Amino acid sequence: MGFKRPECLTKESMHYCPGCGHGIIHRLIAEIIDEDYKESKIIGVAPVGCAVFIYDYFNFDFVAAAHGRATAAATGVKRSIPDALVFSYQGDGDIAAIGTSEVIHAATRGENFTAIFVNNGVYAMTGGQMAPTTIPGQVTVSSPYGRDPKKQGYHIKLCEMLVPLDGVAFVARTSIHNLKNIEFTKKAIKRAFEVQMNNEGFSIIEVLSNCPTNWGLSPCESMKRIENEVLKYYSLGIFKDKGRGI
Amino acid sequence: MKLLMKGNEAIAEAALRAGCECFFGYPITPQTELLQYMAKKLLKSGGVFIQAESEVGAINMAYGASSCGKRVMTSSSGPGISLKQEGISYLAGAQLPCVIVNIMRGGPGLGNINAAQSDYLQATKGGGHGDYKVIVLAPSSVQEAVELTIKAFDLADKYRNPVMILGDGMLGQMMEVVEFDENYQPQKVEKPWAVTGERNREKRVTNSLYIVPEELEKHNFKLKEKYEKIKESEVMVEEYLTDDAKAIFVSFGMCARIVKSAVNKLRQAGEKVGLVRPITLWPFPENELKSYASKNEVEFFVDVEMNLGQMIEDVKLSVEGKKTVHFYGRTGGMVPTIQEIMDFYYSLKE
Ligand code: SF4
Repeated sequence: MGFKRPECLTKESMHYCPGCGHGIIHRLIAEIIDEDYKESKIIGVAPVGCAVFIYDYFNFDFVAAAHGRATAAATGVKRSIPDALVFSYQGDGDIAAIGTSEVIHAATRGENFTAIFVNNGVYAMTGGQMAPTTIPGQVTVSSPYGRDPKKQGYHIKLCEMLVPLDGVAFVARTSIHNLKNIEFTKKAIKRAFEVQMNNEGFSIIEVLSNCPTNWGLSPCESMKRIENEVLKYYSLGIFKDKGRGI
Repeated sequence: MKLLMKGNEAIAEAALRAGCECFFGYPITPQTELLQYMAKKLLKSGGVFIQAESEVGAINMAYGASSCGKRVMTSSSGPGISLKQEGISYLAGAQLPCVIVNIMRGGPGLGNINAAQSDYLQATKGGGHGDYKVIVLAPSSVQEAVELTIKAFDLADKYRNPVMILGDGMLGQMMEVVEFDENYQPQKVEKPWAVTGERNREKRVTNSLYIVPEELEKHNFKLKEKYEKIKESEVMVEEYLTDDAKAIFVSFGMCARIVKSAVNKLRQAGEKVGLVRPITLWPFPENELKSYASKNEVEFFVDVEMNLGQMIEDVKLSVEGKKTVHFYGRTGGMVPTIQEIMDFYYSLKE
């Protein structure tokens, strides 16, 4: 079997930088939808950030939300069309800084949709500023001397924050820095969608991704950086799967 | 059927009768009874009711539900409406219908919870970012609030635009007899743009992003064209005893009711005065005011508001400098009395 474009991806060429993880994550979502949800109603909720044009790349309906508000918009969407598969796709600035309140409350209410949270540790679209997820010591254009927790605080661990909430059914942190982890990411998203379709409550997958452009690294080097540096601060795994007793 | 209802509850009931399926709110005085009424009704009827984590959350939930073609309402008061402005701009940009209720209180800042008309400029001049307009309806009785709420849903759908009901704390809190038309059936509106998730058709996207300047300009011109159409067709205004008036009061909402009583008293005393009450604050009845300004017998205008002079800007623009526009206002939750208004009028004639 050849390597084919998933059916639910459009022919539009993606605007992402070469080697950017967004393309991989888009493809995983598309494959899952082709495999499991070919006939289903699907609504994506787009963020503000590098993935702001995500609605151009999929051939199903989208609602484009304001910065940080995707989980609130997704709440309105899912409550309106409860039988649709609804997911928000958000970066770390979007979901873990300006949208923190919206995601925590959607989660604790047990809103039955899936948030796909792409964590690359920077505000990528605005040129690589420090994000809430930027790890200690990391140099960005707004932490030019490296993030100093004494002055700039620590990196946020959204998944760990959400696990204790009763409305949350599924939490996983995955990565795309190698094939094994890409496969694990796909499995996690697949499971999150399944949890949603079983009406179990809120599901979220945090995907550690790269930003070769703002990290100033080649795509290969950026994947190595995830493995060697980012993983020291963010552990991977399925943190919660209520339906399976995890 | 006649019912004795609080303004806030009557607005909520009217919304439900207009087919409102989703309500997203956050408690704030003096509009909270509206949210409570919606909770009581929508949680039972299978509609959607969410007490959101913030006004920001509420308006964005409304954005999501409106994207799906639902009839949607959110309500708040000044400080909360300030937080909603981001979302209102997105609703307008994405051309999504939504009914937003502002039961105004005293400002700025936390101000107080008393009746005031502090948010006229915020409501009619944008409030949020960008070139957009919100249709603003200003009821002056509980009965009118009911009628305008129903109309607000129709206007929102007709023009795919947010519509605001702008009342004050007095309107929200007072009880009056209201009558609902028992035969009324909400309009069924086709929404061929609504995001429903269905796969067997072309995909639909609700969005306000137009990254290419030419495209955003085109979009903004399209919005402008819509706003012009609204200006042509939707102006509502009450003209009271204005035919032979030498002095014309201009006032809106509950304040206009007090002014109306002052006009009646002044008439009894032989003064030729009348009242123009804009019911739509945007679109503003500029042509009506302009035509009074051009009449020889009209000597001056008196704008009365429960703020320090907000609508007066529109009154002056409409009058085009042809006549003097005087201003009388109380603020901070103080309500002008009939006597005060009469005294102010007499002081002008001295
Ligand atoms: S800036 Fe970074 S995150 Fe954004 S598209 Fe480029 S590589 Fe990807």
